[in-house]
Amino acid sequence: MTTYSAGGETRVRLLAIGPDVERGPNRAAANQSLGNARSGISAERTAERNESKIEVRHLDFYYGTTRALKDVNLTLRDHSITAFIGPSGCGKSTLLRVLNRMYSLYPGHRATGEVLLDGENILAPSVDVASLRFRVGMVFQKATPFPMSVSENVAFGIRLAQRISRSALAERVESALRDAALWEEVKDKLNQDGRSLSGGQQQRLCIARTIAVRPEVVLFDEPTAALDPISTLKIEETLQSLREQFCIAIVTHNLQQAARVSNTTAFMYLGELVEVGPTEQIFTAPKDRRTDDYVTGRFG
Amino acid sequence: MSRRTIRKLTNLVALGLSACATAIGLVFLGAILWTLFKQGLSGFSLSLFTQMTPPPGATTGGLLNAIYGSFVMTLLGILMGGPIGLLAGTYLAEYGRNTRLASVIRFINDVLLSAPSIIIGLFVYELVVVPMGNFSALSGAVALAIISMPVIVRTTEDMLNLVPQGMKDASTALGAYPWRTITSIAYPAARSGMVTGLLLAVARISGESAPLLFTALNNQFWSTNLGAPIANLPVVIFTFAESSYQNWIQLAWSAALLITLAILLLSIIARVLVSRMSPGGARR
Amino acid sequence: MNEMAAVGGTRAARHAATQRLLERVFGGTTLAMALLVLLVLGGVAVSLLRGAWPALSHFKLAFLTREIWNPVTDEYGALAAIYGTLVTSAIAMVLALPVSFGIAVFLTELAPNWLKRPVGVAIELLAAVPSIIFGVWGLFVFAPILQDTVQPWMMDTLGALPGVGMLFQGPPAGIGVLTAGIVLAIMIVPFISSVMRDVFETVPDVLKESGYGLGATTWEVIWNVVVPHSRTGIVGGCMLGLGRALGETMAVTFVIGNAHDIATSLLAPGTSISATIANEFTEATTALYRSSLIALGVLLFIITFSVIAAARLMLMRLDRRALSSV
Repeated sequence: MTTYSAGGETRVRLLAIGPDVERGPNRAAANQSLGNARSGISAERTAERNESKIEVRHLDFYYGTTRALKDVNLTLRDHSITAFIGPSGCGKSTLLRVLNRMYSLYPGHRATGEVLLDGENILAPSVDVASLRFRVGMVFQKATPFPMSVSENVAFGIRLAQRISRSALAERVESALRDAALWEEVKDKLNQDGRSLSGGQQQRLCIARTIAVRPEVVLFDEPTAALDPISTLKIEETLQSLREQFCIAIVTHNLQQAARVSNTTAFMYLGELVEVGPTEQIFTAPKDRRTDDYVTGRFG
Repeated sequence: MSRRTIRKLTNLVALGLSACATAIGLVFLGAILWTLFKQGLSGFSLSLFTQMTPPPGATTGGLLNAIYGSFVMTLLGILMGGPIGLLAGTYLAEYGRNTRLASVIRFINDVLLSAPSIIIGLFVYELVVVPMGNFSALSGAVALAIISMPVIVRTTEDMLNLVPQGMKDASTALGAYPWRTITSIAYPAARSGMVTGLLLAVARISGESAPLLFTALNNQFWSTNLGAPIANLPVVIFTFAESSYQNWIQLAWSAALLITLAILLLSIIARVLVSRMSPGGARR
Repeated sequence: MNEMAAVGGTRAARHAATQRLLERVFGGTTLAMALLVLLVLGGVAVSLLRGAWPALSHFKLAFLTREIWNPVTDEYGALAAIYGTLVTSAIAMVLALPVSFGIAVFLTELAPNWLKRPVGVAIELLAAVPSIIFGVWGLFVFAPILQDTVQPWMMDTLGALPGVGMLFQGPPAGIGVLTAGIVLAIMIVPFISSVMRDVFETVPDVLKESGYGLGATTWEVIWNVVVPHSRTGIVGGCMLGLGRALGETMAVTFVIGNAHDIATSLLAPGTSISATIANEFTEATTALYRSSLIALGVLLFIITFSVIAAARLMLMRLDRRALSSV
């Protein structure tokens, strides 16, 4: 990202920049994606009318004695994509990991405050975290297919959550692979080891695996950071289509991606939620100076 | 002589000595293996595998009961020590991790790893032989199990730690409990490494002699009774080699060769398995 | 909490409950097995002490200081065995350390790549050979050679020197304390050299390169950069080797001569703690005899445990994975 002087012109340019793909046959896809991004952003008003799915209230997070998140308050709406942006170490991944209680794995990591999923506080000690994760799924930065076949990878989560007949399972697997835009590429390879797929396919497999469980919320932690532009594009398209079914939160350090893909954007800095609002507004008319500096590239 | 020349000379001498040391080591290795093969092979015949250990003074004889006894006790030892070591190693890698308790257990495990095996033999004597009232194959197997355990604990823990944390996290994020992540994801991913650890443990206990001296003892005849003394290759070697009977001494050499061959084979297989593993524990 | 259970009603709730139960069982079992490791060590200590108690309470401290070992009169003292254990291990360490060091240096710094793997593998194969093989080889091959050629030579040359000479007197029997020490040395060389090699390989390349960059020779880099950097690891590795040598039974039993004597000459037969136990345990006729042998085991346990624990503490600071083969 190059540094421009401040000005409305620069911010608009960010929105106009499409994915970094070559011209030619992918151009049409790029335009389509851009179109989606545009319509996604202009649909921001619709997003605000959606129900609130997750409410974060006065969230503090500590690694031992270090305070990594400071009094975070925000709302994630259903059927919309919220992007979290900010420089390294700002706490965006930490925040994401609070939403599905992944931090519970590590002693010394603790959260105070409230995180309400459909009105219930998931930070309460009485909550069964395993069941929570059936409702709040996560896709990680590094695609990690399990050491089993493609279909078993996708079926893994389903089998954890419930007892299900083989035919029903096969249907769920296919439906998840279709939603992840992977079905056409793997339908003849369902019994092959998941690790034999390409990088982009592996990540889509991980997405299929996560949505197969039919969660209500899906968290994406820098899902395309390790992928080439074409795979990135495919996954961004998938995200757009998934928005209709889930509440999505995505952490990304790629500002263009955030602009392309999300309805709402939240800017974080040094553990604080500096500003959150409709994506178009964040990128064109941010209210906070720090947000402005970040999205125009003065730092980060 | 200039200082520079002295330094160069010192370098040459020092490195020359280290090459000599290596040569000495290799010469002894070669000499031992050469003698072992020469003496052992000259006693190799079909009767080795079809006849029992002979009484003093007999002219023929084989090692069948000893081979069987060693095989049975090694198998039993691994069947007992393997699961314990596997689960203990799993605890250290997945559940205990950085806890104080895990550090203590790891330390004690490493100490046991290097402990003299004759002491383990004494322990099993007190633990099993005395209450039972007699020496037995079972007590020998217990001794071997205790000796194999620290090896398996160590390799299991190391191999499980090689499985990428991201893979385990992905499973947890899907709602899996740790037991599920471990059995469905971590074990399959670390499989070849853990098998290697098992093979190394088997190689280790195949050669153990001292603990068997007063647990399994020896048996001149064929026995399948686990509650009775049983013949085994190491104790046969121990008894026969120090005797003055020629055919006994010959059988001792052949038994020594058999044990060495088995261990070399296991080590080679383990090595091949390790080389097929790509970094991260995943199979290629 | 049940509202958080997977959708589907009571069947799903039961499924979830089963999963939780399995988790408790599995986690508990792994913990139990891990605690078993502690239990084994504790069990060894307790049972040895119990078995040794009759002898220790009977002979008291004299057990450690008396040389007598007489099954007929039922009188036992551990001094000869302790002496033998210490002397054979000392000889083994004196011989094995320089050789192991040389091999480790050769394999990490000197050998060209095509030579590294075969030689390295060969040394590791030597480590895999069980100790009883060394014992048998020592008895039938090595001891006769020593008896025929080396020991007479030693007696003529070294035995004639003042002072040191008394170590090399007596009939050249082939077997004896010196022979046992040498066989022990051969046995622990691959072990120590592989620990040293692992330790040398943890030295960062940049450190060595800065040495070379200053114009140092290979040896100077090794002696002045690699060794000081890995000093703790080297000492730890040597102590592990020492622990191994102290507790070794089979390599020693065949060639030490099994005489409960302390002689000044290294060429004389002697005994070690583990050799005594191995040779006499099944022949022990009285309870006191057996208890004395177990008391010897207690002594060995204390000696080796101290050495090994100290070694492990030193090695703990290094990368564990580098030493996963020991």
